[in-house]
Amino acid sequence: MKVIQTKVLVLGGGATGTGIVRDLALRGVDCLLAERRDINAGASGGNHGLLHSGARYVASDMEAAVECREEGDILKKLAPQCIEDTGGLFVAVEGDDEEYVANFESMCARSGIPARELDLDEARRMEPVLSDKLISAWAVEDGAVDPFMLSLDNLGHAVSLGAKYVCNAKVDEFVLDNGRIARAVMLNEYTGEKFAVEADIVVNATGAWAGLVAEMAGAKINILYSSGSLLVTQDRLTKRVVNRLRKASDADILVPGGTVSVLGTTSITVDHPDHCRPTVAETNTIIEDAKAMIPCLETTRYIRAYAGVRPLVLAGDGGDARSVSRGFSLIDHARDEVDNFVTITGGKLTTYRLMAERTVDMVCEKIGVTAPCLTRTEPMPSSFKGMWTEPGLGPRAWIQKRDENDLILCECEMVSRNAIDFIIKNMDESRGSSMLQAIGLRSRVGKGPCQGGFCGLRVTGHLYDEGHVQDEQGLDELRTFTERRWRGFSPMLWGLPMVQADLQEALYCGALDMELPDDDEDMTCGEES
Amino acid sequence: MTTDNKIYDVMVIGSGFAGMAAAAFAVKAGLNVVQTGATGGIDFSTGFIDLMGVHPMSEGKRWKNPWQAIEAMLKDHPKHPYGYLSAEEIRESVDMFTGFLSESGLEYVGHDDRNVCALTPAGTVKRTYRLPKSAWKGTEALEKKAPTLIVDFHGLKGFSAAQLAETRKKTWPSIRSARVAFPGSSGELFPEHMAWALAEPANREKLAESVMEHAADVEYIGFPAVLGVDPKPVMAHLEELTGKQIFEIPTLPPSIAGPRLRAAFDRGLPSRGVRTLSQKMVTGVRIVDGGMFQFDVGTGVAQTTVTAKAAILATGRFFGKGLQADMKTITEPVFNLPVTQPESREAWHRELFFDAAGHPVNTAGIEVDDHLRPLNEAGEVAHENLYAAGAILAHHDWTRMKCGAGIAIATAFKAVRGLTE
Repeated sequence: MKVIQTKVLVLGGGATGTGIVRDLALRGVDCLLAERRDINAGASGGNHGLLHSGARYVASDMEAAVECREEGDILKKLAPQCIEDTGGLFVAVEGDDEEYVANFESMCARSGIPARELDLDEARRMEPVLSDKLISAWAVEDGAVDPFMLSLDNLGHAVSLGAKYVCNAKVDEFVLDNGRIARAVMLNEYTGEKFAVEADIVVNATGAWAGLVAEMAGAKINILYSSGSLLVTQDRLTKRVVNRLRKASDADILVPGGTVSVLGTTSITVDHPDHCRPTVAETNTIIEDAKAMIPCLETTRYIRAYAGVRPLVLAGDGGDARSVSRGFSLIDHARDEVDNFVTITGGKLTTYRLMAERTVDMVCEKIGVTAPCLTRTEPMPSSFKGMWTEPGLGPRAWIQKRDENDLILCECEMVSRNAIDFIIKNMDESRGSSMLQAIGLRSRVGKGPCQGGFCGLRVTGHLYDEGHVQDEQGLDELRTFTERRWRGFSPMLWGLPMVQADLQEALYCGALDMELPDDDEDMTCGEES
Repeated sequence: MTTDNKIYDVMVIGSGFAGMAAAAFAVKAGLNVVQTGATGGIDFSTGFIDLMGVHPMSEGKRWKNPWQAIEAMLKDHPKHPYGYLSAEEIRESVDMFTGFLSESGLEYVGHDDRNVCALTPAGTVKRTYRLPKSAWKGTEALEKKAPTLIVDFHGLKGFSAAQLAETRKKTWPSIRSARVAFPGSSGELFPEHMAWALAEPANREKLAESVMEHAADVEYIGFPAVLGVDPKPVMAHLEELTGKQIFEIPTLPPSIAGPRLRAAFDRGLPSRGVRTLSQKMVTGVRIVDGGMFQFDVGTGVAQTTVTAKAAILATGRFFGKGLQADMKTITEPVFNLPVTQPESREAWHRELFFDAAGHPVNTAGIEVDDHLRPLNEAGEVAHENLYAAGAILAHHDWTRMKCGAGIAIATAFKAVRGLTE
């Protein structure tokens, strides 16, 4: 078995894990990031993309509110390419808790969160889709963040500073020796290949999977899995983030994400982090609830739903002295008699940098590195890996670079063949097992109204043309890609999306027989009987 | 707004396979026919005519003999639309329909009692019953595993010869691929434009020349289906120029199959007296004197009012707008007929798109009596002279059973028969 030596092994390629390797690399610490699938495969890719001003937490968690405010300011300054500084509103409608509304201003002031009360007509001028039953409206400093660009840029920067990265690598076994993880055996679940990593210290940044990974080292973390679903609209409905001014609940935030809006979320306890998918019932609940705030949410066209699992570390656990806030849990597994093992979980996308900083502080103390954290002041360079996740870039690049030999492969989002070649060139080995899935993750392919129905086939053809896939591999990847899109598409099939689904089935099953196994051997066209 | 003062024998609502077949059968039966409907559906067809290919769906079992497949399927699904016809009637309907297309210049081929294999643009092999003649030699090449070159073009997206060759090479080692430039053009290409360009013999000569650089040692050459709106002369010329057997493989929609079928119907239907109100939807319907139907067709200044003694509803499913879904239920918008459907939206679809068992919503549709007359809420015939045909009927899953065109043609035949008896 191949053995890789490194100072720090970081498990989990979400926002926290990529943030940690960037922080380590900036402090000059040799590190390797191992991800089970591909970047942001868990909750980092299944959230609102909301950069919290902190106003959301002023009632429930003052510490988290303050952290969000500080971290939001840092990200806007240092990683502007990943942020759309939209500003946000908090609005209450008739029937909402008036006491909560009345206390909002003082609660914001208490945490130092800027909030300005708006005249109701002014609020509706700012966001014409708001209900005419508003009773209160406030402007806050929320923003939108592209979580894929964020993680890809973190990783890009880390790699440029010498960090290593490996995808499709799941922990298969920790070999323990004398109260330490002597080596981690990693498994590629697609090929069955294994390799080992020997590190001075192992950081578990696997989000909702943190409890399962810790358990493999004999450490226990009590985690509740809370699945949250979100809906994506076809059009962008508001300029700003719109929050319901009430105690945090389901379906009360609408976040603009480039050309779309994202509405959510729900909170459903599931028994395993792998068991999360949006459902018809959640879709109905979200729309039913949110239409009080924005009535057109009942009639607008939705593109798809998606879900992520929040790891909620149960009380009495993660109450480690070093844990700076109830917002996230940093655990030194010395308490479980594993000295060189640290878990970071919970938290929010907005505070990922702080989580990384605290984790790396703990790691550095353990390995005797004194270099200070630089991510608070060092700008994050934009990378070629993350740039194509931006919604407006496809059409802009197409118009600017008009190359008559180029072709638009994804018509909904205007992603061209040249753009796809660029993405492939820049993802090199740092991708999950499926080329098609990896392109989808790094671009807008499959994210428009056709949900991959047409672009999936066209991109597959192009991958064959360029020799990126062989034999039946491309068709298998297309089936998997289609199933992944279907998870988000199937809960919202009414109106035009139902027409789209009907067409997709006519094409994939009716015309192409893709639901049937390929029976290459038997060209007699079936059984005689 | 205009009014057509003529009283037609039958209004055919829909212009997919079912609507086209109903119009063709009705005019052949001597009726005065008016037909309407947007022609979107046919543009998304491969042009293949499936009769029956898979049963039971959950096992994905393919059948060589479609008639045996129908018999076995009806034992398990007695309410399937084929149950309204005898095997002889189904056979007669398909023969009559392909006969009509042949007379209109679009030849179809196949075996009487056997499905055939056909290449799809994904590289999969599909079973079907009747093929456009332009695809026939592809079936031959595939069954013989003959040395074959698949050609594609710079600028034509969604058709990859490399993909076809890669996915088939395991059992067909002598299949190869080549990409060539399409004569006289650059940038993005579309099948219909390419088909028109090949009406020009000089372009065929250039095409043959560039293809022959790659085809020296093959017997067959397969092209994406762009070989002329009328493929017969184009293919004959290319065979003469190359000395090879030529065939077509369908492209992704919108393909040339649609324009070819439409051209055949345009040649065949108006000349026999069918009035077609193409690209228009029925926007309103009333019952007038003595139970006749009065339809509003189209909107605004282009709206027409048409009166007919009977009607055939062949509006298809969701894509054809024959069925509509809101967040809670599925409805039929023209006559507001009851739609048999799963209890709630939670039960419409399965977790996996490619689930072999198919999605429960696929068997939703309208209920009919033995003559294919839709039933109302009380389970009685909704209107004495209203018939239904095609995919809008309940109790089938055409995409999985591989019976889409077959249902359309057979039930259109049965509906017209009910109308004329």
